Amino acid sequence: MKRPSGEFIFILIVLFAYFILFIFNYSLALRAFLASLNIVLRILPALVLVLFFMFLSNYFFDSKKIVRHLGEESGVRGWFLSVIGGILSTGPIFVWYPLLKELKDHGMRTAFIAVFFYNRAVKLPLLPVMVFYFGVPFTLILTFYMVLFSVVNALVISRIQFYKTEFKS
Amino acid sequence: MGREKIKQSFLQSLTSFEKVLPMLVGIVLLLGIILELIPKGFYSAFFSGNSVLDPLLGAVLGSISAGSPVTSYIMGGEFLKQGVSLIAVTAFILTWVSVGFIQLPIESKFFGKKFAISRTILAFFSSLLVAFFTVLTLNLL
Repeated sequence: MKRPSGEFIFILIVLFAYFILFIFNYSLALRAFLASLNIVLRILPALVLVLFFMFLSNYFFDSKKIVRHLGEESGVRGWFLSVIGGILSTGPIFVWYPLLKELKDHGMRTAFIAVFFYNRAVKLPLLPVMVFYFGVPFTLILTFYMVLFSVVNALVISRIQFYKTEFKS
Repeated sequence: MGREKIKQSFLQSLTSFEKVLPMLVGIVLLLGIILELIPKGFYSAFFSGNSVLDPLLGAVLGSISAGSPVTSYIMGGEFLKQGVSLIAVTAFILTWVSVGFIQLPIESKFFGKKFAISRTILAFFSSLLVAFFTVLTLNLL
């Protein structure tokens, strides 16, 4: 018999949690469901944006081009594009998974995915809010260290992936 | 050729998106429960003023939370007003967006368990270091 996937088990657990909540605390379950709907409405523009980027990537870039810009040999350009991409990306992190997975399948370096994810703490449209609460110097210094450490993290992850490949082969 | 390629690219994108949709729905439904279960003011009750424990707590709380980064800025600002240290608040803001324990299953599914786990652990400890260096630099200037 085929083993159920982790994804299937996860969804089943969430649905079971709702089922239990509906039985024992109907109003809490309803509020949680409405909060989820609210999240969907908030992330909808980001989802549409991601879908659009995926379309653009499929239309304009083949594997060769992706490898040239974001592959192992892309050099400084690849690092720069990943940092900028992470800072400019909007919405929750998980809505970007499909696009990044697709780019990875076409040859994007794994380290750049880590760079993209780590550079999400500073969001350009939200900078005024951060400056309002923490001031300009804090925002600038934080951005600098965040970019620096995203590269360090990515290099470490590259090594881990490298060892994994070496070990397997 | 052009129209056909547009159609093909669009369908390809939709197919990739369809694959992630069930997991996305699961994550969003889980977030709904978490947001409703955690009462307001829950977070600030954790900080004790300890200069070593507070940053660690900030990082842990940020890691298990989710939502827009702006929420973390606002909450961080409120923590500061309540006397929580800037290092703890910075660690909280950083892990809020860069570490996601809730998203870990979906990240593993997309990029592999090893990548997701190592990235999460690294991001957690880096956030503590970035918080420390940011505040240190700020104090030196």
